[in-house]
Amino acid sequence: MLLTAALFAPLAGAVIVAAVPAARAGLARWTALLASLVALGLAVALAARFRAGEPGFQLGATADWVPAFGVSYRVGVDGVSLPLVLLATVLTPLAIVGSWRSAARPRSYLALVLVLETAMLGVFVSLDLFLFYVFWEAVLVPAYFLIGSFGGPRRVYAAVKFFVYTLLGGLLMLVGIIALFWLQQRATGTPSFDYDVLRDFDKAPDTQRWLFAAFFAAFAIKTPLWPLHTWLPDAYTEAPATTTVLLAGVMSKLGVYGFLRYSLPMFPDAAHDLQPLLLTLAVIGILYCALVATVQRDFKTLVAYSSVSHLGFIVLGVFALNVQGLQGAVFYAVAHGLLIGGLFFVTGMLEERRGTRRIDEFGGLQQSAPRMAGVMLVITLGAVALPGLVGFVGEFLTLLGAFLANRAYAVAAVVGVILGAVYLLWAYQRMWHGPLEREENRAVGDLTGREWAILAPLVAAIVVLGLFPRPVLERVEPSATRVVEQTRPPSP
Amino acid sequence: MHLLAQAAEPLPLPHIDWRAIAPELALAGAAVVLLLVVAFWPNARRGVLAGLTLAGLAVAAGLTAWNWDLQRVAFEGAVSLDGITRYARVVLLAVGALATLMAAQDRGRGDPGEEAPPEVFPLLLFALTGMVLLAAASDLLVVFIALEILSLSLYVMAGATRRLTAEEAAMKYFLLGAFSSAFLLYGIALCYGATGTTNLLGIARASIDPTGDGALLLAGIGLLAVGFCFKVAAVPFHMWTPDVYQGAPTPVTAFMAAGTKAAGFAVFLRVFAGALGGLVVSWRPVIAAVAVATMLVGAGLAVVQSDLKRMLAYSSISHAGYLLVGVAAAATVPAGISASLFYLLAYAFMVMGAFMVVQYASRLGPSDPEPREIGERSSLDDYRGFARRHPWVGALLAVFLLALTGIPPLSGFWAKYYVFLAGIEAGLTWLVVVAVISSVISAFFYLRVLVVAYLQEPAGEAEAAPGRAPALGLALGLAGVLTIAIGLAPEALVSAARTAERILG
Repeated sequence: MLLTAALFAPLAGAVIVAAVPAARAGLARWTALLASLVALGLAVALAARFRAGEPGFQLGATADWVPAFGVSYRVGVDGVSLPLVLLATVLTPLAIVGSWRSAARPRSYLALVLVLETAMLGVFVSLDLFLFYVFWEAVLVPAYFLIGSFGGPRRVYAAVKFFVYTLLGGLLMLVGIIALFWLQQRATGTPSFDYDVLRDFDKAPDTQRWLFAAFFAAFAIKTPLWPLHTWLPDAYTEAPATTTVLLAGVMSKLGVYGFLRYSLPMFPDAAHDLQPLLLTLAVIGILYCALVATVQRDFKTLVAYSSVSHLGFIVLGVFALNVQGLQGAVFYAVAHGLLIGGLFFVTGMLEERRGTRRIDEFGGLQQSAPRMAGVMLVITLGAVALPGLVGFVGEFLTLLGAFLANRAYAVAAVVGVILGAVYLLWAYQRMWHGPLEREENRAVGDLTGREWAILAPLVAAIVVLGLFPRPVLERVEPSATRVVEQTRPPSP
Repeated sequence: MHLLAQAAEPLPLPHIDWRAIAPELALAGAAVVLLLVVAFWPNARRGVLAGLTLAGLAVAAGLTAWNWDLQRVAFEGAVSLDGITRYARVVLLAVGALATLMAAQDRGRGDPGEEAPPEVFPLLLFALTGMVLLAAASDLLVVFIALEILSLSLYVMAGATRRLTAEEAAMKYFLLGAFSSAFLLYGIALCYGATGTTNLLGIARASIDPTGDGALLLAGIGLLAVGFCFKVAAVPFHMWTPDVYQGAPTPVTAFMAAGTKAAGFAVFLRVFAGALGGLVVSWRPVIAAVAVATMLVGAGLAVVQSDLKRMLAYSSISHAGYLLVGVAAAATVPAGISASLFYLLAYAFMVMGAFMVVQYASRLGPSDPEPREIGERSSLDDYRGFARRHPWVGALLAVFLLALTGIPPLSGFWAKYYVFLAGIEAGLTWLVVVAVISSVISAFFYLRVLVVAYLQEPAGEAEAAPGRAPALGLALGLAGVLTIAIGLAPEALVSAARTAERILG
């Protein structure tokens, strides 16, 4: 009940926001913020009720939806999905505050953001494959309009590319879901899309490989995994800053979550067979995108590539197929959301002030906006995985997992860590340090109260979770262990 | 002597089962009444005519409800009342009602040549009679008669305005339609030659008889398929569709797109999945190949269209392809039948809705001061910023187009899903993968319209309001609500389609 309320609170908010008269933009903003805060409150209540030691799904709800197709409404959270639910509910109100001034046509913008939140939460909590698919595709529509209606000059191209790319992956997954459903029905005679049912029935290794491929199409495109990432720089760069925060912070986790929740436990043999391939793709992605990020002139595009590069670590952790890797992947997913979200927020604030994102247009901002520079330093250091900050814990655990699985991949990925430090710190140095040469940069104001309201919670989370990761990790561990057990192929 | 004795035998007259064809009779009766009203009262207001038409439809709907539990073959096997008949009646009557509302709407500030004459109302009822009868026909001769009733009415309706393009469309439709009727008739003759009967049950029996003339029957089936493919606009018999859809008045186009497709596929299912189910190995590869061509050609050509009506025509071709996947599956998997029927229902509302938006936009008058040859606003450029100026109609346009794309949780998504499911069950996974590819291609052109309507700035001054559009507004609202509601709660309609899986006769 609590979970259902948290899931649909933003959607209800979206309906109300859409019904607010066009002239009352302020009312629309407050309603949207309130709706997202209600969702956050409910998610926090959910976390408080969550029993830490249990590996299975908790706090769920079940109802019939379309019995004729075996489709039901079944939701629930476990240690893997709960942190992601919290991440989504934390970032959305921040994104709404972030768009307080900038959004043209605020009603449509805010309603779309709230619809996006419900759709993304739905992906994390669905325990019925059909419901999962419905939410998965439902993410597309608000994201498409957010990018296409409110983005930069090449927004239409970026939005269509994003839509078609992800729709292709989603439809291939639909074929996989139908095949899975049908195989299960043939095996047992009862139609069901229930997660547990579809996970547990026996699948031949050959079948598994085909089904894995179908699901892989959707998850790899959404994450995105190299070489399917080409939609991402366009979409992230063209989307308005606060949308990019949600796309990079939450939407990119949908694919990772899909791997974790579906690809591994449902198709364990295929996951083990294809492990080398996926680890290779992850490492290539880490290194390739890090190199591309190094040469970017637009800071937003740099962060976009950095986001893909860091997501590679998460995929590395997932396909390490051991507890350390999975635990690290979930933790890093949260960390990545906070850090990349923070970087995009600051990018948006700079763009608001200066109307540009080119790195060489900035320089010496530390003198004109010292507090902003300090906050940015914390976020940047977190992103380069400085020990004591949130990024370190995640990166360490995923690399540990990869190391235990296969040393070579871990070693190669460590090069990516170094490259990450290089391009992020180099960009920081060029933008914030050095002499204050340009006249426009002198006038850059420091953080306003509204901006503090966005960045302070993020920085606090980055520091606190970096120093005390235990409460999160001990909730993730039982569920991660369970996923690893389910993924262990039956001994021959 | 022998001959004379035969001739002297009284011709066996079938028992007249009035109740079985009551809805058809009501529709035909209402059509005749309207024809007289139009003839003797030429200045009758459109509202009155539309009201009479709706009354006729309501009577037919009531009779359909009265016949709801009837499961029998009537007229010596010439008409069969089963789930397909019942489901198709509901879909077709709903389509008829929406089309009537569309036709009842005045042209606003649109082109005066655009206005359809009052005769469209009786013609619409006649066409509907043919469609409903076609869905119930279980004798090839009745199939032919029903098809001719609906075709002849539609030929006239397609040319029912004073526009040159409409006349051209009607002519093209008529010539090609007559051609396809000839094919169908020849097919019926061959089937009769091979099996000695035109009754579907008889053909079904003969088709699995190893001593029969297989080659002749297959030739007949092939020609039947050509005739049906023409009516449902399947490649390579689709050439007429874009021109006719674009040229015909929008209410007529919407009626054709939803109604002809529903009736055509009902008979397709009955003949191929029902009577010819025993020969599935022979015809399935052909239908599957046609489905592939239809999906890909339709979607591929829709991408390059710059006219919304034309684009919707090509999109309707690709939807015929998805439906053919259901037909291909239907012979061996009962879900293929219910999936196709559900698809027809969902499709009817979304495609009619899309055409309603075109009609709404056309009422605003030409978007540039230089009136073009085509009096309608259906060029994509005319929709620049449309959703900004008309937020509600724009939102409905988005709903219809996203439903046509197959985005959950709208009705089109479940329809596509169900057909895909049936295809996979029938072992046609490769065909479903092609359907997925076609769906992705189709996302391009549906999105293009949304890009134009939502993401581009409006051109020129805001048009003066063309006056209220109560009938069209009601139709739009109904289509939108149904598209969303079927998406959120498809259960009842899916269960209803499931009861139609057994074909009688």
